[in-house]
Amino acid sequence: MAYSEKVMDHFANPRNVGEIPDASGVGEVGNPKCGDIMRMYIKVDGDVITDVKFKTFGCGAAIATSSMATELIKGKKIEDALKLTNKAVMEALDGLPPVKVHCSVLAEQAIKAAVSDYYKKKGIDPAPLVGNIPECESCACDLH
Amino acid sequence: MARFIYADNAATTPVSKSVLEAMEPFYTQYYGNPSSLYSVGRAAKKPLEQARETVADCLGALPNEIFFTSGGSEGDNWALKGVAHEQAKKGKKHIITSKFEHHAVLHSCEALEKEGFEVTYLDVHSDGLVRTDELEAAIREDTAIVSIMYANNEIGTIQPIPEIGAICKKHGVIFHTDAVQAVGNLHINVKEQNIDLLSLSGHKFHAPKGVGALYIRNGIKMPNLIDGGAQERGRRAGTENVAGIVGLSVALKEACANIDERAKRLTKMRDRLIDEALKIERSHINGDRVKRLPGNINMCFEGIEGESLLLSLDLKGICASSGSACTSGSLDPSHVLLSIGLPHEIAHGSLRITFSEQNTEEDVDYILDVLPKIVAHLRSMSPLWEEIISGQKKYSQKIF
Repeated sequence: MAYSEKVMDHFANPRNVGEIPDASGVGEVGNPKCGDIMRMYIKVDGDVITDVKFKTFGCGAAIATSSMATELIKGKKIEDALKLTNKAVMEALDGLPPVKVHCSVLAEQAIKAAVSDYYKKKGIDPAPLVGNIPECESCACDLH
Repeated sequence: MARFIYADNAATTPVSKSVLEAMEPFYTQYYGNPSSLYSVGRAAKKPLEQARETVADCLGALPNEIFFTSGGSEGDNWALKGVAHEQAKKGKKHIITSKFEHHAVLHSCEALEKEGFEVTYLDVHSDGLVRTDELEAAIREDTAIVSIMYANNEIGTIQPIPEIGAICKKHGVIFHTDAVQAVGNLHINVKEQNIDLLSLSGHKFHAPKGVGALYIRNGIKMPNLIDGGAQERGRRAGTENVAGIVGLSVALKEACANIDERAKRLTKMRDRLIDEALKIERSHINGDRVKRLPGNINMCFEGIEGESLLLSLDLKGICASSGSACTSGSLDPSHVLLSIGLPHEIAHGSLRITFSEQNTEEDVDYILDVLPKIVAHLRSMSPLWEEIISGQKKYSQKIF
């Protein structure tokens, strides 16, 4: 498995690991059967994500993409966080092996799930703002 | 503090010094084609036949029952497809194997299924062993071959081969065993154990990659897998890899010379590692505790994933493997771990450590120092582990 130095750095020294007990929003994607679960906690003040933490069960790429994703949205406005794509996460990590691209997709979805939860908690319908969070297509488990 | 420990000997082994020395002249001096009549050809032919005798000796076979191949995969393909096609001429188109064979056996069976053969895949129980009564019950009038591996490559469990051999003999069914992981580690005697065909591969016991052998009992007719020149008495074409074959015979002889002492030393290391590692909360051993290869440790740690476990070990200089989906390159974790009844997420958190002659007690110390910390670190990052310890996620104890 050819992981870039940046991926290995985020794997060996992940940023923002942990929980936020009084989080503004929590999103979880993936499932244990597939071997990938990402959970993101966000703290929102006004319309800025002031803090973000993650927990991930998964491979090197899963941990690295979650770590990088938290870095990329911390301190940003919610609307900017929603614009974060899996491509941006991959580029920030200097690329991922093709078979690991879906981990970056999961990271993007985890952010959207956390923001969705934040809107729901505020009584706002997240769908028009966040859009659909599709199932990860590379997962072939019969759980879906 | 950082060391290098190679603990993935079930995947492959380094070529030993004595093997390399024995091989070298066949690249530089005695490089002739053994079929050539001149000096350097004859100089390669004689050692080739001596190697054959050595291998035969180690297995309790006759030299003319040993055929050199490119390795275990070729041996498995040849044995299954060869016997199946020959027996099909007599109307025998049923094959019996097990669910946790190496892919070389399983995919050969799948290929035969596409040709119209019927395959029974025996269950493997949670202890990693097949049951002889289930095997016997599966044998039919039209069973062409039974193929059960001697010892499993992932969980190391040792199958009841002599009993299976006896059952097959009783019913007049041909018995093949993929002994790739067992050769050199366990005492094998093909006559006493009623084995008709046996595959082995050099790179598992300190010989080079790309060379192996298939033992075929005298009298068993089957078509060639590889047609061409008349090498291997017309049954397996291709200019002989004399250097590799000589290396294989030297390695096999060395391995077989001290099976018991090595088994004793490695079993002690294995058991210490297992006993100590099992002290890690919610960890489990995969496969029978006792009926397993002396150097094989295969465990699961709830709540974490195998590839990240291996990467962490690699950062500490330890080479090991896992049955997680990410490491198998497929979407499912190891078929072996699934066959013994482990749920997917537990199979994802598996670790296989396999020792060889070259590992030491210090290696065990180092692994035991490093492993619990890595497991704890990954668990601290895992939402699944949170669910497990808070009681939200429960696994039936029956699966372990």
